[in-house]
Amino acid sequence: MKKNAFRRTLALCLVLVLVVFAFASCGGANQTDGVSTAPATGSGIETGSGSQTDGNPYKGTTLTVYNWGEYISDGSEGSLDVVKEFEKTYGIKVKYDYFSTNEELYAQLKNGASYDVVIPSDYMIERLISEDLIQTFDHSDLQNYHYIADEYRGLYFDPTDAYSVPYSVGMVGIVYDTTKVSEEIIAEQSWSLLWSQDFETGDLINMNNPRDAFGITMCYLGIDVNTTNSADWQRTYEKLREQDCIYLMDEIYNKMENGVSAAAAYYAGDCLQMMQENEDLAFYYPKEGTNIFVDSMCIPKSAKNVGAAKLFIDFMLDPEIATENANYICYASPNVAVRTNPDYDYHEGTDEYAILYELPESYKEDPSRMQYYHNLDDATQNWLNDYWLELGLD
Amino acid sequence: MKTLSRVYIALILLFLFAPIIVMMLFSFNSAKSTAAFAGFSFKWYGELFRDEKAGEALLNTLKLAVLSSVIATVLGTLAAVGLSRLKRRWVRNTIQSVTNIPMMNPDIVTAVSMLMFFVFVGGMLGIATRSFMTVLIAHVTFNLPYVILSVTPKIRQMDKHLLEAAQDLGCTPIETFFRVELPVILPGILSGLLMAFTLSIDDFIITQFTKGEGFYTLPTYIYSMTKRSVSPKMYALSTLIFLVILVLLILSNVLQAQMDARRDPKKIAARALKKKKKMKEN
Amino acid sequence: MTGQTLAPAPRVRQSRKPAIVRAVTVAPHGLWCLLFILAPLVFVVYYTFTDPDGAFTTANLANVFSASYFAVLKRSVLLALESTAICLFLAYPLALAIAKLKPRNQSLVILLLMLPMWINLLIRTYSLKLLLEVNGPLNDFLGLFGIKPIRFLNSEFAIVLGMVYNYLPYMILPIYSVIAKIDPRLKEAAQDLGCNGFQTIFRVVLPLSVSGIVSGITMVFVPSISTFFISKSLSDGRIRLIGDVIEQRISLHNVASYEIGSALSFVLMILIIVSMLITNRFGDKDGGVVL
Repeated sequence: MKKNAFRRTLALCLVLVLVVFAFASCGGANQTDGVSTAPATGSGIETGSGSQTDGNPYKGTTLTVYNWGEYISDGSEGSLDVVKEFEKTYGIKVKYDYFSTNEELYAQLKNGASYDVVIPSDYMIERLISEDLIQTFDHSDLQNYHYIADEYRGLYFDPTDAYSVPYSVGMVGIVYDTTKVSEEIIAEQSWSLLWSQDFETGDLINMNNPRDAFGITMCYLGIDVNTTNSADWQRTYEKLREQDCIYLMDEIYNKMENGVSAAAAYYAGDCLQMMQENEDLAFYYPKEGTNIFVDSMCIPKSAKNVGAAKLFIDFMLDPEIATENANYICYASPNVAVRTNPDYDYHEGTDEYAILYELPESYKEDPSRMQYYHNLDDATQNWLNDYWLELGLD
Repeated sequence: MKTLSRVYIALILLFLFAPIIVMMLFSFNSAKSTAAFAGFSFKWYGELFRDEKAGEALLNTLKLAVLSSVIATVLGTLAAVGLSRLKRRWVRNTIQSVTNIPMMNPDIVTAVSMLMFFVFVGGMLGIATRSFMTVLIAHVTFNLPYVILSVTPKIRQMDKHLLEAAQDLGCTPIETFFRVELPVILPGILSGLLMAFTLSIDDFIITQFTKGEGFYTLPTYIYSMTKRSVSPKMYALSTLIFLVILVLLILSNVLQAQMDARRDPKKIAARALKKKKKMKEN
Repeated sequence: MTGQTLAPAPRVRQSRKPAIVRAVTVAPHGLWCLLFILAPLVFVVYYTFTDPDGAFTTANLANVFSASYFAVLKRSVLLALESTAICLFLAYPLALAIAKLKPRNQSLVILLLMLPMWINLLIRTYSLKLLLEVNGPLNDFLGLFGIKPIRFLNSEFAIVLGMVYNYLPYMILPIYSVIAKIDPRLKEAAQDLGCNGFQTIFRVVLPLSVSGIVSGITMVFVPSISTFFISKSLSDGRIRLIGDVIEQRISLHNVASYEIGSALSFVLMILIIVSMLITNRFGDKDGGVVL
């Protein structure tokens, strides 16, 4: 009996050790091979193994980054692994974590997590500033900051540009499967698609975070997304209850790309990524209005490696890197160098350009239909949270 | 009746394995889609092997499992031995009950309670609220009851006369423990170690709440993959895990069968006869 | 791993083993328990009974029993009971069937049953999701018979199916291990006395296997009632159980999120303690866990 257990454990350990070595050696070998299969980009890059590692005081340190999922060019499908490029260029090890909602990011920071770079949305940045969770840093240290377009400087959530550097821009819309949604509904170009009775459970998808789910409903109802009127919130909640949908974030990718669901509300850039995978998909901005947002890179107060953080932010602004990134994540870029870069895939004339950089008619006529989220005061935030939880409880 | 039983067993096994086999099939799908099988390909396995994060996650999982199971085994064995000697029953029962709490509590409650505890302590002491240390502590904590549960019966079954005899023959208490007691309870210790190791490898929710930045174990890495666009790379990873487990289980059972065969009296007799024959021939 | 009662063991001469050695072996563990098991629970209790300002209140608990949270509690308990019952009804005949096989085949089948248990919950659940998707393999298969695609997912059915799928082996193994130990002569005796097959099962085997049934029920009910991954992934966020709400509340980190999350956890713990007390009434007096 004793021998038995001994042998069993031994066998187990042996096999495990073998497996570990197999994996480790594979991973290690590939590190030196240089995995990125990206096409050769222009000669402007200062990237490459060790080009910046000499005399770089942060070489050998670690950087922790916290970003949305599917939000950086990571080497899949032939793209450039931007994070790996950074590691090679500066000799800094990067630990990369994903979050799926701003609220998740907020909770992690409140719970004491220390990341060096985070990429929240506008209203969350307002909140983080007011709660002293992110720090100011000198933008003049960033060599590539001048590439940020003028219209993205001095934004409402960071008027002095002390806390954040814009990463991407976008609006929320509806991505739908042309084989599942009727012509008449599409012609409406309205949010009402998500409330349509023509579909079955699982066909319609709303966003799994309180701000967005309520926000788009308010856009549909023509209410100010930052209203402090409790009756407005009540109305929105009741409207949301009429919906029969499932709540997802990045899981939407699988549902739409695999032709499982009929329509989803999601961010334009992600929708474009999905459309690239599944030709049956199309997209529109609902005529009633939508949320427009800016996601920016910030440095939390709890950051342990501010120097490397600034290097990373600067690196993301580099024309070639930013272009590679924008090509992959498909979001509109606030970086001027991207839009003028010949390697950028979404130039004027492409379908994607129309979605990313041009406005639909109804928004041109009435720009107030594009609403930015602002940080809500405590009382309003409480209503939102309570309603959101109530919504999920039935 | 007999065929009915067999059919029933087969049906249940089919039910249990069908989803996993389907997932394994799709890991070889050349297209990303899960709606149709486009062709056979190893490319997702290729992507998986190039994925450093997956390799790191595997290493972290093993590191965590080995460390936490060893620490839990040492602490737990010591505790089990000490508890068995304890005179006061109420102390023993209290400690037993408290130790068993993580075993009875649902994982999510343990996870949430530890999160709140670590956040508070981290805030007070000004240290990182969550790190490798905290996740290790959490793993040891939920491993402890299983170790104690494995070791205690073996201690109870042991003949205490042996200990007396050892001490009569001049052993110090410590010598007694290492030379007499430990070998006898070793099977319990090993089975506790194995149990702890398995639990640690498999744990998801407690790890998710107590791990630090950029730290992934296989389950939490798989979770992060399911929350984003799922590529068949995840199916490849799952398939590999399944195959490793299959091999391990088969291996351990083959070994067990071998040990049992060795002990089979008929076979021992047969072997003895064979030996005698050979000796006569030479 | 049930404890066995032996003849009272002779006391090891205490004088040779100073009390301090005893304390040293138990102390580290005792300290560990205090710090990492009791202290975190104290936090749960603390947050359950205080409001964000730190004052004592039972409002959090009251909130848990308010209409909407109570609906979630009710749903979680119902679904957990359903899946436990289904597991029991599937597992018991299976255990009987396995016990009838040749010993070599028995170990093979048990091995096959243990295999899914070792695979991670996330993988098992996700593979089920893959199979059940509206344009997935199962619907393709049904389509061969002209059956239109059925929407298995996003429903309570999917969640119960997920729980049964994940936890069935945990019900089978304890029951089987108890049934396999039943002396076959007892069954023979019953049959000699005139029982047919069914009567033998109900009057002889069933009463003797109660401890296995109780183990199995515990091992299925507890995880079923507290799961969040199964409900989240198989219903795509449409149907929330108590585990989902706790995870969500704690993750959102708003005002009173620790308070309500703790209150929910507290109620969940009480629920489980109560259910364990109930099952232990019928259970094995030795108090061991059949693993």
